[in-house]
Amino acid sequence: MFLYILKRVLATIPVMVIVAIFVFLLLRLTPGDPAAILAGDAATPAQLERIRDRLGLNDPLLTQFFTWMGQLLRGDLGVSLLSNTSVAGMLADRLGPTINIALMTIVISVAMAVPMGVIAAWRHRTWVDFLVMSFSVLGFSVPVFVIGYILIQIFAIDLRWVPVQGYKSPAEGFGAFFSRAILPSLTLATIYIALIARMTRASMLEVLGEDYIRTARAKGVRENVVLFRHALRNAAVPILTIIGTGFALLISGVVVTESVFNIPGIGRLTVDAILARDYPVIQAMILLTAGIYVFVNLLVDVSYSFFDPRIRY
Amino acid sequence: MLTLRSALKETRGLAAALLTGTALLAPVALSAQEDTSTITAVMHSGLRVLDPVITTAHITRDHGYMIYDVLTAVDADFAPQPQMASWEISEDGLTYTFTLRDGLMFHDGAPVTGADVVASLSRWGKRDSGGQLIFDVTASLESPDEKTIVWTLTEPFAPLLDVISKQSAVPPFIMPARVAATSSDETITEYVGSGPFVFNEAEYEPGVNVTYDKFDGYVPRDEPASWMAGGKVVTVDKVVWTTMPDALTAINALSAGEIDYLEQVQIDLLPILQSNPDVTVEKRDELGYVTIGRPNFLHPPFDNKLIRQAAMAALDQESMLATMQGDPAYYNVCGAIFGCSTPLGDESGSELVTGGANIEKAKALLEEAGYDGTPIVLMAPTDVTSLINQPVVAAQALREAGFEVDMQSMDWQSVVQRRAQQSPVSEGGWNMFFTNWMVPEVSDPLINVMVNGRGDDAWFGWPTDPEIEELRADFVAAKDAATQKEVAVKIQEHVMDNVNYIMMGEYLIPQARRNTLQNMIPSPVPVFWNVTKAAE
Repeated sequence: MFLYILKRVLATIPVMVIVAIFVFLLLRLTPGDPAAILAGDAATPAQLERIRDRLGLNDPLLTQFFTWMGQLLRGDLGVSLLSNTSVAGMLADRLGPTINIALMTIVISVAMAVPMGVIAAWRHRTWVDFLVMSFSVLGFSVPVFVIGYILIQIFAIDLRWVPVQGYKSPAEGFGAFFSRAILPSLTLATIYIALIARMTRASMLEVLGEDYIRTARAKGVRENVVLFRHALRNAAVPILTIIGTGFALLISGVVVTESVFNIPGIGRLTVDAILARDYPVIQAMILLTAGIYVFVNLLVDVSYSFFDPRIRY
Repeated sequence: MLTLRSALKETRGLAAALLTGTALLAPVALSAQEDTSTITAVMHSGLRVLDPVITTAHITRDHGYMIYDVLTAVDADFAPQPQMASWEISEDGLTYTFTLRDGLMFHDGAPVTGADVVASLSRWGKRDSGGQLIFDVTASLESPDEKTIVWTLTEPFAPLLDVISKQSAVPPFIMPARVAATSSDETITEYVGSGPFVFNEAEYEPGVNVTYDKFDGYVPRDEPASWMAGGKVVTVDKVVWTTMPDALTAINALSAGEIDYLEQVQIDLLPILQSNPDVTVEKRDELGYVTIGRPNFLHPPFDNKLIRQAAMAALDQESMLATMQGDPAYYNVCGAIFGCSTPLGDESGSELVTGGANIEKAKALLEEAGYDGTPIVLMAPTDVTSLINQPVVAAQALREAGFEVDMQSMDWQSVVQRRAQQSPVSEGGWNMFFTNWMVPEVSDPLINVMVNGRGDDAWFGWPTDPEIEELRADFVAAKDAATQKEVAVKIQEHVMDNVNYIMMGEYLIPQARRNTLQNMIPSPVPVFWNVTKAAE
């Protein structure tokens, strides 16, 4: 297992290098000029040229690339072209809200969706199954910002139980964090509940038809044990894959939800950086996102063997 | 046998936790109204650039007014007034002597000296177009003692005080000499001013939040506040600017009392706030903005004056403004290139653009010019709300007049990059784009970059227009306001005839505040001095 993990970690190095080259070139090929954003509307061409010189944007592409790679190898993500602040610091500030909201979303989603999927499969083609699948279709179909606005209207404006917007870290008090994180988490969870419930149902339906389930039932094993210990564990691999991918998606940024609830997360940082052509921030964000995907995929793969002892590395 | 009930047991724990947590929330959902010493404001954009001299971004200018002070400032009558310094002008108009008032201190405790002022003005003069004109005729700028600054010119520059007192886009903010020593092409890295608020660097999150603490060492002037002039009396301990990318969220937050002030309200969302008795919607900036179309003088067809005139005849201010704003209470048909409510504003010669679309006239002009159907590349930004509609309305009007229009959609960054290209359209150039300015940014011939006629050194579009340059020189030489106005009217008439740009009218953006926020100064720049906050 250790060797497998080591191999996978080493395999990420070429992946990250390719991502770095790709993102660097892509950004330089995209129209846009950070100097123009920095200087504003009234800047003359001569002023813009001088600012570009200062920012190193007039250097040959290879020079710019190797300067950046050199920084990366020293663990330095660079400095924002606009705010002149450290990119690493900006990412650190923005990662907290995103990770916390993502974790809360995944906890809510799994806690709701897995039982829903199991029950839907267990009560296949009954009104319960129909209800779960209807909710699932609804969760997929309604745009996330609509769900967000509806939740805000009910819980923040009418009932005034929670604030409309904003974010507080758990370090500032659990109540302050929870009150601001619950609505965005529920909003995001709607989609993931739908996704995970469907996957759980499909996977369970397949497993429930297996001989060993019939055998377990024939032996008089209690139904909840059959469902959750025998069937769910065997159906876990595709469900885990969906949960892992979902978590990586959540971490890599959910722009709309972050905008609707005014959460200073990774998604907003990325969009703002792209609109302003803030190259160091965009490059760091894409590398981070790629790293998260690789890491989450590795975690998911490793966790397979925990749920399914037949899988060995 | 598993029942639905037993299955739900699986989620009962979390549900209980959620419900318990939710029940505990009411006391947690604190509103901004409970804290009368802090004002929370949602500004028009996030603050990312902290150097108010290197950029013309409005949010950075607003930040500048929070933490820096200015030597002189314009009041609500557009008249320069003493702020940090009073002045004397020699009889020949060549020497300006400024004397700093007592009690001026930077946030680090150091006194403001003449050397700081000289360094700050020198850096500003390298960035600002008006400042550059003054420095073109500057013999010396020095500080003979800690309180005095002497500015000596080689020839009279009558609007000097107007230029250094302007409120937008780049006012000459006074910084410590060591900070102002930074190259004008590099951003500063130390944010120490002598203004009424202190920048709270520890709480700053670029593009998200910025906090300003009251500067206890600030000594306000005795005169009542008027625009950027007069006494800047701070009555709260803290002002927090927060960024909300979603307009509806900002409105909901204001309605719920989570914020105190919303700098810009989308017109279509106004009814939500207008029905809330705890909120006041108002037009605190009566000057507003102008929207304009800029042709490219370098390439066909807009290198031909008749074709530029045809484009102007085809466009209709009323329909463009109505498309942009919807509610007529928030726009003005206005043909004055320096703004309809400014001292230099005059609508002479603007009938073609204010009188509605004149398609017949446009067609006649095109025929007279021998327009050969060369397509016009019209750049259309898709990600800036206030600039989305203009190209669409213009393209339709121009097509009706007989123009071939190639409207190309792109993000604003692409417009910004492409408009700097002087190459022909076939090689990535362009023919026309639209943009907006605050009225104070176009209110005189030295500030308004679109009336610069210096060819390659002019603003994007690059008109070579010796006549307008002569008129601008006359404006600089004018000794009194009446003569300045005469020259300004001539420039207005010239721009309308030569179509240096197409004035598409003025529009206003409403602001909204909780009723607890009182005594806000009406001003094009949102300022947080003098404002008081009462308990809800």
